[in-house]
Amino acid sequence: MDIIVCIKRVPDLAEAGLEIAADGRGLRTEDLDFDINEWDDYAVEAAVRLKEQHGGVVTAITVGDEDAEEVLRRALAMGADQAILLDDAAFAGADPFAIATALHACIRSLPFDVVLCGAVTSDGASGQVGGMLAALLDVPQVALATGLEVDGGRARVRHEVEGGLEREVEVALPCLITAQSGLNQPRYVSIRGIRKVADVAIAARSAGDLGLAATAVGEAGSRVRLEGLLLPPAGKRAEILEGSLDAAVATLVERLRERGGL
Amino acid sequence: MSATILVPAADPEPASGSPLGIPGPLLHGLLLLVALAAFAWIVRRRLLVLRRGAPDPRLDRLGERLRRLLVIGFGQSRQLRYPVAGIVHVLIFCGFLVLLFRSLTLLGQGFWGGFAIPGFAGPVYAAVKDWTGLVMLGCCAVAAYRRLYVKPARYHDRLALRSHGGEAHVILGLIALLMVADAVFEATTLAAHGGRSWALPLASLAAFALEAVPDSARPGLGVFAFWLHNVALCCFGCYLPVSKHFHVITSLPNVFLGKLDPAGRVKPPRHGLPPGAQPGEIGVRRLADFTWKHLLDFFSCTDCGRCSDVCPAYATGAPLSPRQISVKCRDEAYAAHPVFGRPPAGARPELVGGLIEDRELWACTTCRACEDVCPVTIEYVDKIVDMRRFLVDDGRVPAGMQKALGHLEKKGNPYGKPGKKRGEWVAADGGDCGVRVLAAGASAPLCFFTDSATAFDPRIQRIGRAFGRLLRAAGADCGTLGADEVDSGHEARRVGEEGLFESLREQNLQALAAREVGRVVTTDPHALNALRHDYRLGEPVLHHSELLAELIAAGRLRPFALADGRTYTFHDPCYLGRHNGVYEAPRAVLAAIPGLRTVEMAAARNKSFCCGGGSLYLFREGEGERRMGELRIEQAELAGAQVVVTACPFCLINFEDAIKTTGRTGRIEVVDLAELLERALVTAAPPAATTGA
Repeated sequence: MDIIVCIKRVPDLAEAGLEIAADGRGLRTEDLDFDINEWDDYAVEAAVRLKEQHGGVVTAITVGDEDAEEVLRRALAMGADQAILLDDAAFAGADPFAIATALHACIRSLPFDVVLCGAVTSDGASGQVGGMLAALLDVPQVALATGLEVDGGRARVRHEVEGGLEREVEVALPCLITAQSGLNQPRYVSIRGIRKVADVAIAARSAGDLGLAATAVGEAGSRVRLEGLLLPPAGKRAEILEGSLDAAVATLVERLRERGGL
Repeated sequence: MSATILVPAADPEPASGSPLGIPGPLLHGLLLLVALAAFAWIVRRRLLVLRRGAPDPRLDRLGERLRRLLVIGFGQSRQLRYPVAGIVHVLIFCGFLVLLFRSLTLLGQGFWGGFAIPGFAGPVYAAVKDWTGLVMLGCCAVAAYRRLYVKPARYHDRLALRSHGGEAHVILGLIALLMVADAVFEATTLAAHGGRSWALPLASLAAFALEAVPDSARPGLGVFAFWLHNVALCCFGCYLPVSKHFHVITSLPNVFLGKLDPAGRVKPPRHGLPPGAQPGEIGVRRLADFTWKHLLDFFSCTDCGRCSDVCPAYATGAPLSPRQISVKCRDEAYAAHPVFGRPPAGARPELVGGLIEDRELWACTTCRACEDVCPVTIEYVDKIVDMRRFLVDDGRVPAGMQKALGHLEKKGNPYGKPGKKRGEWVAADGGDCGVRVLAAGASAPLCFFTDSATAFDPRIQRIGRAFGRLLRAAGADCGTLGADEVDSGHEARRVGEEGLFESLREQNLQALAAREVGRVVTTDPHALNALRHDYRLGEPVLHHSELLAELIAAGRLRPFALADGRTYTFHDPCYLGRHNGVYEAPRAVLAAIPGLRTVEMAAARNKSFCCGGGSLYLFREGEGERRMGELRIEQAELAGAQVVVTACPFCLINFEDAIKTTGRTGRIEVVDLAELLERALVTAAPPAATTGA
């Protein structure tokens, strides 16, 4: 079975003090720590488990510069067999469609049974790349998968649908599946594991290698133009209700009533 | 009295008889030959298992090894922590040493009537031996009574797959049989000489019982008893290495070959590798991945259950019983390498992940209570870390721990806080605590290594600042590494993430090398242990309790009286006490505060009970039914304390949580030693004002 997993290197924004870069269209990245996007971690784990069950080859792909190699190495340490870095200055400033275009150009020349993506990224949070890529590849897509089994030429996928429900569907391979949290518990990647794949060659592809014109990718190939990035205004500070449990509950009920919560 | 002491003559003469129609000496020779051959075969098969183990250098520092052999081995120094079982064991152990010569004599008499070992043939040895036999019988009775009727909880392990308790009854029965047979043999001799005496109580007792036997039958009975004794002795010898009583043979060597490295230093992934070399596989997955000494540990386990009895994980209902690690591994070693016949066909069950479950290994906090109590110095922490190394390499790490480890890798702290904010604690309350953040190239006579809890946890930061203000009050100039410090990697190493530990250690060593610092001090015993033993920086690394005791002794800190009507107790943090032997310094600080009323908990010093903070337990949920911290707070309350003084960030966090979750807020308080001392220096301040200076 040939499995392709698309991943992204994202900044950890949880504890970081965010600052907008000078051009107003991005974050200052000097003090940020980067790692693989959480949902992409589920996708890699799902890919490696499929390989462990059914045999085959897992290929990890990302769009980014040489810093992005780090997440490809991580995928290799988890059990991916090969990795491709789509690296070209022309890819810069891409919207989800331009990313999907680049990924599609790479994947169309590869054999695949399943393409796995994270359902969403923790930075851009559009959740569009998987769907667009499926459309470009012209394969069925199941989004927000929380369970996955492949048997013969079909995949049985449990996935989230609206209204807090989950549903189980069956889909013919090849297909594209986006991973939601809950799909699996990704394995730990030790420092030693990363070191062991330090010498694995990572193939780099430019836009030209993929047969893409510079105008078809990156900012030029995007359909959404980013005007600027704004920090949300800081809200009021959280309040801790003091006093006895009963008094605190009474105050809470009163507050909720005041603000129409009850 | 001396006139009635009779030297037992070899009369009846077993060597001159011909039981079964075979000349006595020939039959005796056959018996001995068969027994020795069986014993040698069994022991050889066992030793072959050891040869499969990984290398482990254990023949250095022979003087220290000899000392341990004398104190812990022959001196039985760890036995008396359990008084009844301990005394019984010490008596049986000494009895064996005394009776060894009697047994050799009786074996010799099978060949030559009247055989005697010079020095062990006179009336003195006869009396000592006879009294010993009586005491041994008494010990067997007490031990059997305890096993059958008292049933101490530690004999019945809730996690045992199968019980080896029956083996104890076999051994007790054999020992009693040896005593009785020898007594009957002696009695027939006594009877022939017609004398009983207080010097030979057991033989006299037997002679009294034999009065009912006709005189003519006595010599024959004596010969029978003689043979019974020697056959039982041969059975006893051969039963030892196939049962848990192999410890009778292996425990003295096991103590001699015990770990001499500092208790807190975790073994390297593989002994004998040149520095920098990376082993192909890491950690313990199969039996043969253990070192040969760790396999010998399994052979030496007496199944006494002391380790699990003191294990905080076992006590809280977590799925860990250290004893079962030894017992399961031994059972597997014996099953995979049987004494007779070929190894069973087919693959053996997985050891780590199978017989020993992942959750069993993650339940350990590495508190070392088990190792400290083990009478035969079995090592547990190194084994558990070795097995965790395999789990980590295999990616099998609990989710909460993965997150903490990921943060350690990316940000140098398990909280996921930005590393550049690491030095901000020094003035996080708007004040200045006197500790300087040292830029690269700067120098200070004292360097405060904070470690992550003190750098980032707001509650623990207060301890760091209180300690800083104490140093300032004492006129000590102290710096800290600020954003160049990363986590000590202590817990990373103990959960088996050796690569991450190495990377953190290198960063810290570089940060220290970039500055000119004298001694290093820390408020975190885990950091103390990491720097002292894992980084091998040794004694220039101090715990704050040691430095504060030093400053008080030098008269640089003079605490005022602190008599607030409350009773204080000191909780020994595992990595300060059991791993580093620092018990006196914190108590000296408490003793220097005039009027402070203190009390010791029953489980104090090396018997201390873990708070539950080790092995990154602050970042994941345990599987126990209760929390260790809650049990410890109950122990403090039982001792009559209203304030628990500790000297470790993890302990403080866990105890404050336990006080809240058990509804004890206001009734019992926990403070760090530095915070307490600061209260005693600021007389006007009310007891609760810990941050004012």
